[in-house]
Amino acid sequence: MPTTVPAYGEEAAERLASMADVTASDSALRRFLHGLPGVDAVGLQARAATLGTRSIKTTAKAYAIDLAISMIDLTTLEGADTPGKVRALCAKGLNPDPTDRTVPRVAAICVYGDMVATAKEALGGSDIQVAAVATAFPSGRAALPVKLADTRDAVAAGADEIDMVIDRGAFLSGRYLEVFEEIRQVKDACAREDGTAAHLKVIFETGELQTYDNVRRASWLAMLAGADFIKTSTGKVAVNATPPVTLVLLEAVRDFRAATGVQVGVKPAGGIRTSKDAIKYLVMVNETLGEEWLSPQWFRFGASSLLNDLLMQRQKLSTGRYSGPDYVTVD
Amino acid sequence: MPVFEYAPAPESRAVVDIAPSYGLFIDGEFGEAGDGKVFKTLSPSSEEVLSEVAQAGAEDVDRAVKAARKAFATWSALPGSERAKYLFRIARIIQERSRELAVLESLDNGKPIRESRDADLPLVAAHFFYYAGWADKLAYAGYGPDPRPLGVAGQVIPWNFPLLMLAWKVAPALATGNTVVLKPAETTPLSALFFADICRQAGLPKGVVNIVTGDGSTGAELVAHPGVDKVAFTGSTEVGKAIARSVAGTRKKVTLELGGKAANIVFDDAPIDQAVEGIIGGIFFNQGHVCCAGSRLLVQESVQEELLDALKRRMRTLRVGDPLDKNTDIGAINSAEQLARIRALADAGEAEGAERWAPECELPSHGYWFAPTLFTGVTQAHRIAREEIFGPVLSVLTFRTPDEAVAKANNTPYGLSAGIWTEKGSRILAMANKLRAGVIWSNTFNKFDPASPFGGYKESGYGREGGRHGLEAYLAGAAEPTSERSEREGERDR
Repeated sequence: MPTTVPAYGEEAAERLASMADVTASDSALRRFLHGLPGVDAVGLQARAATLGTRSIKTTAKAYAIDLAISMIDLTTLEGADTPGKVRALCAKGLNPDPTDRTVPRVAAICVYGDMVATAKEALGGSDIQVAAVATAFPSGRAALPVKLADTRDAVAAGADEIDMVIDRGAFLSGRYLEVFEEIRQVKDACAREDGTAAHLKVIFETGELQTYDNVRRASWLAMLAGADFIKTSTGKVAVNATPPVTLVLLEAVRDFRAATGVQVGVKPAGGIRTSKDAIKYLVMVNETLGEEWLSPQWFRFGASSLLNDLLMQRQKLSTGRYSGPDYVTVD
Repeated sequence: MPVFEYAPAPESRAVVDIAPSYGLFIDGEFGEAGDGKVFKTLSPSSEEVLSEVAQAGAEDVDRAVKAARKAFATWSALPGSERAKYLFRIARIIQERSRELAVLESLDNGKPIRESRDADLPLVAAHFFYYAGWADKLAYAGYGPDPRPLGVAGQVIPWNFPLLMLAWKVAPALATGNTVVLKPAETTPLSALFFADICRQAGLPKGVVNIVTGDGSTGAELVAHPGVDKVAFTGSTEVGKAIARSVAGTRKKVTLELGGKAANIVFDDAPIDQAVEGIIGGIFFNQGHVCCAGSRLLVQESVQEELLDALKRRMRTLRVGDPLDKNTDIGAINSAEQLARIRALADAGEAEGAERWAPECELPSHGYWFAPTLFTGVTQAHRIAREEIFGPVLSVLTFRTPDEAVAKANNTPYGLSAGIWTEKGSRILAMANKLRAGVIWSNTFNKFDPASPFGGYKESGYGREGGRHGLEAYLAGAAEPTSERSEREGERDR
C-alpha cells in the first residue's frame, strides 16, 4: 500500500509499517479490530465516574486551569461565521483575559476551511495553531475527491491542523477498510510542498457510533491509518464528548503506543463547558496516561464557551471572589 | 509547567464531636461498666487516642441481655408497620448525619473517606430502608404465614466495616421484632456508640438496641449467655469455630459470616481495562480488609503478561495516605496486630518463593501502613494462596482451561465469593454453576445491595444476610417442625 507518513519519525513509521498486515484486507482488518479486548460499559462508566470524584483544589486547581486554557481549540463552527467573528475569536485566543497578562494562550483556533486565511492573518506570527474542519464536516457525506479537495484547500490556505470526520455510514456497515483508506488519503492530502504536513485529527462522532466497542475499534482504525490526534465529536449532534467515551480513547492511545511506539493525541469536543468538567478530563488523562500526555501537544479541548468559565474560576482563585460573566469578554 | 500534583483535600474533622469517654448503652442509657474498666480506641492512621470506652464484663452483658429481654415483650408485639416507622426514622437520621458518621468511621477505622462516604454510609442507610420495608410484609417473605421473632439477638461484629456490619445485623433483627445486644469490635467501637445515640434520637423504645463494648471476652460472654436466642457473628473463621462450639447443643440459632480467599478469574477474552479495575477494587478496597476480597487472581496464561503489566501500571496510580483526604485510595491498616499479621504472611510468600512487587510509595511515618502488594509465581501450595491475609496483598496464579480455573478456585477451605471476567455470557453461567462460593460476581467485583443475600460455603460460615433470605435467620416460622410451631401458636391463642 503506497503511502507517506510524514508526521512521524522514521522508527515510528517503521513500527507502524510492521503492522501493515492487519490492514492488508477488509477481513484482516475486521479480525484485528474485533479481536481487541472488549469494553464493559458498566465498568467503564464506573471508572470514569470515580475519576470524576478527585478533589482538585488550590495549587492543583490553579495548575489545572492554566493547563486547560492552554489546551483549548477555541472554536467557531457556525454557518453564520464572518471574518469579523473569526478575528474576534483570534484576539481572544491571543489574549484571553485583557485584565491579566499571565493567562496562557489557547492552543488553536478552530474554524471552517474558508476562514483559515482570515485566522492566519489575525494570529500573525503567534504560535497559536489554526485548525480547519474539513472532509464535508460535520456529516462527512460527500464523495472522496470532494473531501480531499476540501482538505487540500484548507492546507493550502495555511491550516496547521485538519479536523476530519470519518464516514460513519461506512464504519457502521462494517466497511472498515474503506474508512481506513479514506483517512489514509486525507492524511496524504495534509502534506505540504515543503515536505511537512498539517496535523491530522480524526473525528469519530462517538454519539453516532453508539457502543464503546465501536469507539475502541474506530480509535485503532484511525491510529493505524496515521491519525495524529483522535477526537470524539463534531459538537453538532445530540451526544458529544462524555467522560467514558474519552476514557476509551485515552486507553486506546496508551495501548497503541505500547504496541507501536507511536504517540497519538486525544481531543474530546462538544459540551465541555465548565472548569469542573475540564478538570475531570485532566484528571482522567493524568491517571490513565500520565504526565507525558498533559500538554497541548497531546491533549486538546474542543470548546467555545469553556474558556470564559476557566477565566472566571481563575479570577476567583486570584481574588478570592467570584466575578461574573461581564468580567470576561464575549466573542 | 510543573507536574499535576493533587493538593491535599482533607475532610474537616469539625463535623464530628468525639467525647473523651463512652460508657455502655444498656436499656436506653449510657453508663459505666460494672467494674469500671475501660480501654482506648486509636486512630490507626496517626496512633492518636480518640476516646476511652467501657469494657463490659459478664455482669454488664447480663444486664444488657435482660434489658433486651424486657423490651422484647413490647417490641415484638408492635405491628410490623409500627416497627417500620422506627426503622425508616433511623435510616433517615443516618442519611442526615452521614457526613459526620463517615468522618468518624474513617478516623476510627483508618479507611479512606471516599469509601466511608461513597460506599459504607449509603449502604448503611439502604439496609435500614430495605428492612424497614419488610417489617410489615413478613407473612409474604416465604417463611410461613405467621413468622415470629426469636427473641434476643446477640450480635458480634468486626472492625472492617463497623457501621455497615451493624446495619446488616441490627436492621433485619429489628424489622422481624427481635431485640438486640450488639458488641462492636474492640478497635472500632465508636460508630456503634454514635448509633446508640441515633436510636435515642429516633425515639426507639428503651432496651430494643443495647451496645456493649469490649474485647473478645465480652463477645464470648454475650454468645454464651443463656438469655440469648440467636447469635450472629461476622469475623474470623477461628473465632467463628469457637462460637459454633460454644452454642452447640443449645437451642440458639446461629449465623456465621467468616473468612474468605476468593478467586477472581480472568479469561483471555475479558474486557481487560475493566478487569484491571475490578481486580484493584477486589483486593485494595478497604485496604483489603474485606472477607469477600478477591485475594487470589486466577489469570489465563495467554493474557498473563498483558494483564500484569496493566495491573502494575494501575497500582502505580493508587494513592496511599491520610484517610480523611478525599483523594486517598488506600488508608491505614486497622491495628498494629493486623499489620504484623499481614507482614508475616507477605514475608512467608517471599520465603516460599513467590515474587513480591509493590509500587514505589511513601508511607506516612505514624500509624499502621502497608503498601499495595502483588505476588506473582504463586502456586496453590503457598501459604499466601491458602490463608486469608486480610490486607492489601494480591496473589496471582495462572490457569490454562476453564476446568483448571474451577479446580483451583474451589481448592480452598473457604467459599464466600468469586469473580469471573469474560465477554462470553455462556461461560459466565457455566463457571458460576461450578464455583462453590456464596456470591459470584461477573465482570464486576465487591458490589453490594441490601436486596442481595450474602454468605458463605465451607469455612466461610453459614446462613445468609441481606435480602429476603436475611430475614430467615431472625424468624421462627415454617422452617421449624410443625409440632413446635403449633405449640407456640397454642400459647399465643391462650
